[in-house]
Amino acid sequence: MASNILVYVEQRGGNIYPATFQLMHVAAELASKTGGQVEACVIGSGIAGLADKIAACGAKKVYLADDAEFESYRVMPYASALSAAIDAASPKTVLMPTTALGRDLASRVGARKRAALVIDCTEVDADGEDLIATTPMYCGKVSSKFRLTGDRLQMVTIRSNVYPAAEPADGATAETVSVAAALRAEDTRLSLKEIVSTTSGVKDVTEADIVVSGGRALKSEENFKIICDLAEVLDGAVGASRAACDAGYQPHTRQVGLTGKVVTPAMYIACGIDGAIQHLAGMRGSKVIVAVNTKAEAPIFKLANYGCVIDLFVLVPLLTQEFKKLLER
Amino acid sequence: MNILTVIKQVPDSNAAIKVKGDASGIETAGLKQVCDPFDEFGVELAIQLREKRGDVEDIAVICLGGDKASEAMRTALAMGADRAIHINDPKFESMNELFAAYTIAEAIKKDEQNYDLIVCGKYNIDLDSGAVGPALAEFLDWPHVGAVTGLEIADDGKSFTARRRIEGAEEIVECTLPALLTIEKGLVEPRYPSLPNLMKAKKKPVQVLTSAELPGVEASTAGTHLDSMTPPPPRPECKMIEGEPEEMARELVRLLREEAKVV
Repeated sequence: MASNILVYVEQRGGNIYPATFQLMHVAAELASKTGGQVEACVIGSGIAGLADKIAACGAKKVYLADDAEFESYRVMPYASALSAAIDAASPKTVLMPTTALGRDLASRVGARKRAALVIDCTEVDADGEDLIATTPMYCGKVSSKFRLTGDRLQMVTIRSNVYPAAEPADGATAETVSVAAALRAEDTRLSLKEIVSTTSGVKDVTEADIVVSGGRALKSEENFKIICDLAEVLDGAVGASRAACDAGYQPHTRQVGLTGKVVTPAMYIACGIDGAIQHLAGMRGSKVIVAVNTKAEAPIFKLANYGCVIDLFVLVPLLTQEFKKLLER
Repeated sequence: MNILTVIKQVPDSNAAIKVKGDASGIETAGLKQVCDPFDEFGVELAIQLREKRGDVEDIAVICLGGDKASEAMRTALAMGADRAIHINDPKFESMNELFAAYTIAEAIKKDEQNYDLIVCGKYNIDLDSGAVGPALAEFLDWPHVGAVTGLEIADDGKSFTARRRIEGAEEIVECTLPALLTIEKGLVEPRYPSLPNLMKAKKKPVQVLTSAELPGVEASTAGTHLDSMTPPPPRPECKMIEGEPEEMARELVRLLREEAKVV
């Protein structure tokens, strides 16, 4: 019976997506229960050097699909490469990140392999041969546990920042295995023309450990500067409610909520956000939630760990100063 | 050009969701259900393509769901779709999106129409998963572009350029048709169906497919089973911080460092 855990290592331009190291942590936990080992798969071009970094985090074997064809992400060639790695590794479970690309790839490869698949898990655990995957549903209003039976390949994508990252150990090495995927004409009908960075040096809300968000109460794009200043001091990202984005105060790439992005940072500071159900769906998984709002009855306080009933224009600049004092020490 | 849009009936995002006593699912009695808002983006896109181009001949919607799902189809038909395919059989009820995609793919393969474009929502707001679109493309062996925020289809209707958001960047891809797109918020704004159009929608053709027309599909259900459903774990009570603004800021920062340990 298969018992190994295969981690899909998402990389762009040779940089490993940070959540990968969290997947390595989960893989080690699962492998200790299944009695298998942790293995990894990297797809890209000129990415052989990444194997050591993955080995340092516990992978015993790294499957490399290293070919000019995989220079940029295209779903069908990547699906073929990952399928080939799965054929070579015969893992029990495949772990992937809940990212735009991870969702794409997991769904396609899951279909191709007739796998048991759960997307966007907040917890996974082995139960004998089965895998128990917990995932939020109905905009986060329900938490569901699915049983992925051991008679099939088990595939899950795991939400960022729910698990800690694996600690790298010096000097660990892994056996590398190269994987080839024969591409068909069908696989290359889609091509990448361009990747445009939308963050311009600022962290994306889905990646940051701390997110500072503003709502409609900010009243203008200029006023958002106090939110940006606080985010900068905390080395965090700037988020916004749907109302603030629709009003043009912030780009939709920063929108947190049901129709925006789902974020799970260590700390979420909601400034002038009342907490419409659709917004809560996008941030309720945050570890610590701070709410700053003039309305004591705002729904956001039901979810918050810490609440301040005060005008954000008064408190936020003071908070920025206090954090500055603390962090400069 | 023939366009197929995939839609689903889901609980309204504002509706209160109650878990059944035995944790086997949610209470659906009295629950307000609607056409998934992301799927409506897909229907709207199809209609706008017809309005802009002269070559869109057929806009069909396909919906996997029980009797109640006919409401979602009526919304799509009232928005402007020409006809609907309703896959309705208790045997197909499942929370497994790979199984849903497989079932829809089998129905499409049996359909006499040749589609050039299939559109679905980025994900459905019930399962929050988004596997149906990519998995459907896989079962059809078509390329797909997920979470599309910009789209230009060539005048000859043979290829397109699409934009999509990924973490911290935007991808611009080119692809030939046929292909499948999943639609992100922001590409189009769905229209409200007018009352006369809602009446007219009742007369548009709806083809119903059951397990009799799609034999063997139920045997393919993958090994994903719901064990239990619970409300999310309760959050601790909110600690309200009082005092003058300066005190408030100092106290909050102290608690975040010493108690919550997040800075």
